[in-house]
Amino acid sequence: MNRIFKRTYSYWFLLPAAIIYFIIFILPTMMSFFFSMTRWTLSDWEFIGFENFITFFQEQSLSIGFKNTLIYAVVTCTLKVALGLLLGVLLTSKIRTKSYLRSVIFFPTLVSTIAVGIAFSMMMHPTQGVINTALAAIGIDGPDWLGDTRIALLSVAMVDVWKGLGFATVIYIAGILSIPAEYYEALQIDGGNNWHKFWNIIVPLSRPATNSVIILAFIGGLRSFDLVWAMTKGGPGFTTDLIASIIYKQYQGGFYGLATAGNVILFLVVTALAFPLYTYLNRKEVDL
Amino acid sequence: MRKIRQWGFEIGAVLFTIVVFWIPFYFILVNSGKDPKESSLLTMSWASNSQYWENIKTVVAARDFMLVRAFINSTVLTVASIAILIVLCAMAGYVLQRRTGKLSPLFNFLILAGLIIPPAIVPTIWVMDGLGLFKTLIGLILIEVALGFPFAVLLYKGFMSGIPREVDEAAVIDGAGGLRLFFGIILPLLQPVTATVVVLSSVTIFNDFTNPLYFLPGSDNVTVQLTLYNFQSQYVTQYNLLFTNILLITIPPLLLFIVFNKRIVAGMTAGSVKG
Repeated sequence: MNRIFKRTYSYWFLLPAAIIYFIIFILPTMMSFFFSMTRWTLSDWEFIGFENFITFFQEQSLSIGFKNTLIYAVVTCTLKVALGLLLGVLLTSKIRTKSYLRSVIFFPTLVSTIAVGIAFSMMMHPTQGVINTALAAIGIDGPDWLGDTRIALLSVAMVDVWKGLGFATVIYIAGILSIPAEYYEALQIDGGNNWHKFWNIIVPLSRPATNSVIILAFIGGLRSFDLVWAMTKGGPGFTTDLIASIIYKQYQGGFYGLATAGNVILFLVVTALAFPLYTYLNRKEVDL
Repeated sequence: MRKIRQWGFEIGAVLFTIVVFWIPFYFILVNSGKDPKESSLLTMSWASNSQYWENIKTVVAARDFMLVRAFINSTVLTVASIAILIVLCAMAGYVLQRRTGKLSPLFNFLILAGLIIPPAIVPTIWVMDGLGLFKTLIGLILIEVALGFPFAVLLYKGFMSGIPREVDEAAVIDGAGGLRLFFGIILPLLQPVTATVVVLSSVTIFNDFTNPLYFLPGSDNVTVQLTLYNFQSQYVTQYNLLFTNILLITIPPLLLFIVFNKRIVAGMTAGSVKG
């Protein structure tokens, strides 16, 4: 029987996927550790040790990306969890316009990030933009959303939340719908109100959904590139540069070793934060 | 009283979505019908002299019909990547779910790593160049497959656990080998999750900007997302054409959304929570 079993579920089935995955993903990842320590022209390399990493952290224009990436990931992730949960609760309650609301919130997820970025950067124009024109109409003097160094990164993060919220909401809807009705019935017998329902049932029991949203949004935030590229190209100055946009700029400049060092830094940041987070969240998951 | 409050709440919610979610799309729609001068004002009003058709013609013909080439490239890229992804990931998910052994933790780790770790870009270019696949559509297809692989395998693996082993046993007793069992029986049974993979991956791959930017540079190989990027630098002040281009490349995802709306949401929830 064992022989039949081995023949039926043959590891040969894994081979084509494994080859592509190994050559295109695993191999370059492993090689990046070597090439990050070289001065590299693609055809030729010179080993220079940790010099690229030192450059990366010494030059302010590069190290700022490190800080920005963390801020960006934390801000977008927090907002997606909080708003996704609220919308998830709202869209699983008894409201008539539920299916319309679900669709309209989800739609931006499907649209090209670059297109969204371009459209919003026009709407955020300091004097002509729709947002500030509307604010001016009610007597508020809107800021220069993408030109002010203090808020530009947050403006991009808001658009990221706008675009990604539908995804978080859908995960929450699924999580909340999978909570068995007995819990609500028990609460009703005990005389709990809506507030109890939210804090004592929905929040703890939609934990698996929360974990998925945190992991997906956090990793997505750390790896973000296209939205910031479409909206600000890292500017003004370097105030919205993320690690991923720095990698692209160094690549464009022909600094392949430095770009790869950026990649290794991103790899280390993601691994150091996302893997422990993943194991921590999965361990604490409650069973329904 | 309760009823009035309920209605007020619903109307409020709908108005809120109109402001927050409809206005950006409305903004693109009105501005793509204007002349260059009017659209550069970036207002929300309808075009005083609507010229959608002229703008569409200009955008399509621009730079030697670049948008047409881009649509062809993006379609080939999306369709081919998805076809390969489905077959390879279904096969992998099938074996990984059915056969557990000493190697299973390693496989699971590799899949998790693929979901989390950002791809190392310049080394990938170096490898692709060595294989003679850099700047080729085939190379980019393989990259999309490699990067889409972990998520699709997880979906397939999760779904396989819902297919009873008795199905396999019956087929084996009837004399089916591994290949016949998989292609004749298992793959058709995986159809619901295949639909999810098709929808999710086609959106991801069609909208992908970063990978074509790195791995498929050059105007012959342009994909639809890169046409926007090129337009933006070329027509710095011609917002009307930029918006028309955005409008045109948003049509495929919009159609997909209209056709598969329910399925996307259902599939995503199945994949993301249980996955």
